[in-house]
Amino acid sequence: MSVADPRFDHAGPEEAWRTRLAEGVFTIQSCAGCGSYQFPPSVSCRSCGSVRVALVPQSGDAVVYSSTTVRARAGGYNVSLVELPEGPRMMTRVEGIEPEEIRIGDRVAARIVRRDGGDAIVIFDWCGRP
Amino acid sequence: MQDLRGRTAIVGAGNTNRWYAPGRTAFDQLSEAAHLALDDCGLTVRDVDGLFCSLSVSGLPVLNVAEKLGIRPSYADGTMVGGASFIFHLQSAMLALNAGLCNVALICYGANQASGGRGFTPMPDPQPFEEPWGAIYPVSSYALAAARHMHQFGTTRRDLASVAVAARKWAQLNPAAHVRDPLTIEDVLAARMISDPLSKADCCLVTDGGGALVLTRADRAKDLRSEPVYILGTGTAVSHRQIAAMPDLTVTAAVESGAAAYKMAGVGPSDVDHVMVYDAFTITTLLFLEDLGFCTKGEGGAFVSSGAIEPGGSLALNTNGGGLSCNHPGMYGIFTLLESVEQLRGRAGARQKPGAEISLAHANGGVLSAQATAILGTAATL
Repeated sequence: MSVADPRFDHAGPEEAWRTRLAEGVFTIQSCAGCGSYQFPPSVSCRSCGSVRVALVPQSGDAVVYSSTTVRARAGGYNVSLVELPEGPRMMTRVEGIEPEEIRIGDRVAARIVRRDGGDAIVIFDWCGRP
Repeated sequence: MQDLRGRTAIVGAGNTNRWYAPGRTAFDQLSEAAHLALDDCGLTVRDVDGLFCSLSVSGLPVLNVAEKLGIRPSYADGTMVGGASFIFHLQSAMLALNAGLCNVALICYGANQASGGRGFTPMPDPQPFEEPWGAIYPVSSYALAAARHMHQFGTTRRDLASVAVAARKWAQLNPAAHVRDPLTIEDVLAARMISDPLSKADCCLVTDGGGALVLTRADRAKDLRSEPVYILGTGTAVSHRQIAAMPDLTVTAAVESGAAAYKMAGVGPSDVDHVMVYDAFTITTLLFLEDLGFCTKGEGGAFVSSGAIEPGGSLALNTNGGGLSCNHPGMYGIFTLLESVEQLRGRAGARQKPGAEISLAHANGGVLSAQATAILGTAATL
């Protein structure tokens, strides 16, 4: 018989998030205690401390919060922070537009892709400027 | 905390001033600085019973430094919050000294990242939600903050460039500064871009270096041979680890660390004669000037481009030349304190702020993640 607290028996939050992503579902966490949302996933809610957090699917809509073009020798590429409608932000890459042309406030949409190593990651496609 | 105002003194200061020193390890730099700081006040390693240290190259800094220096500390703190660590250590040392946990506190640091051939100090811990995107650590995180400030407040690259130019003008007054060539706004704007909107000239130097401070309670400081500098106030704050988790990229936790330090010291920004803020990148100077109350939020660009922070301007800021032009061994925070001590002792030569009595030193760690503020004063401020 386990003496560990059963409230934490579920898979670790990062592992659970990666499993859903590998199944093709982009999720963030929602808190049953205070209703706030967060990303990256964590064992507890960063707003209220509740451990009743669960992964919920995302629409994938987002807005560019900030953006930079990294000047590598092979050429520039984009790194952006995007803000989800529920509030959390994530680091990602925006595609479908030249890196220098991306502006804060642009609308983007999530797309799950496979990296060379096989891991699923979430990139965002450029959708337009409000 | 107001009870502790002026109860602790920095009695020894050591700076190796070796910004490119092949053949020396990070611990060699640290050890030299520690001996310089102890010599400064006439104490020896045998007197040290409180050890405070942090290095990019060591996961067990207290153990390594204690062994190398031959110290058996009764109190130690190896808090690692990046370049802000040493002002966290300063606060911790102040508390430990006044609680009687130790009597002579040594805060020390060393690095050889320039001559050691590794370039930028690597990211100290894996960040799985940042790793896939190829952001240059830590430049791109600061670039994202700069881009947001430009978007929200109309700050320009030219504003940011004026921070680098002011730092260089101060460095030209400091014979110990690593880079003293003339620098213009146009030079900064034309420098190779690293991560937009930050060019190479918006980024701090990559140097070696070692720095150390010795602290005692104020009553003991009077009996030592050096001129004590008193701790009037301290404040620390931590807001995030990854830049995506920073609540607002234009507002740092320096708001909180600064407020705590001002409250303990019983002073405000207008009482401060001399200021050191951690300039890892041009944008950090601007953010900390705003968040510590030297200008209002959003007006940092206009403030720095007005000439206010150049030699002869209204605010004696980063008078050693800063991380941008004096030195940046990777965790620069201890050098903000060292320059504040130089200024308050009136030993800063051509860059001296005449009559400086109160100095504010502010350090940053991670990616705008950890903030720590110290307000120091001469005996006249007690």
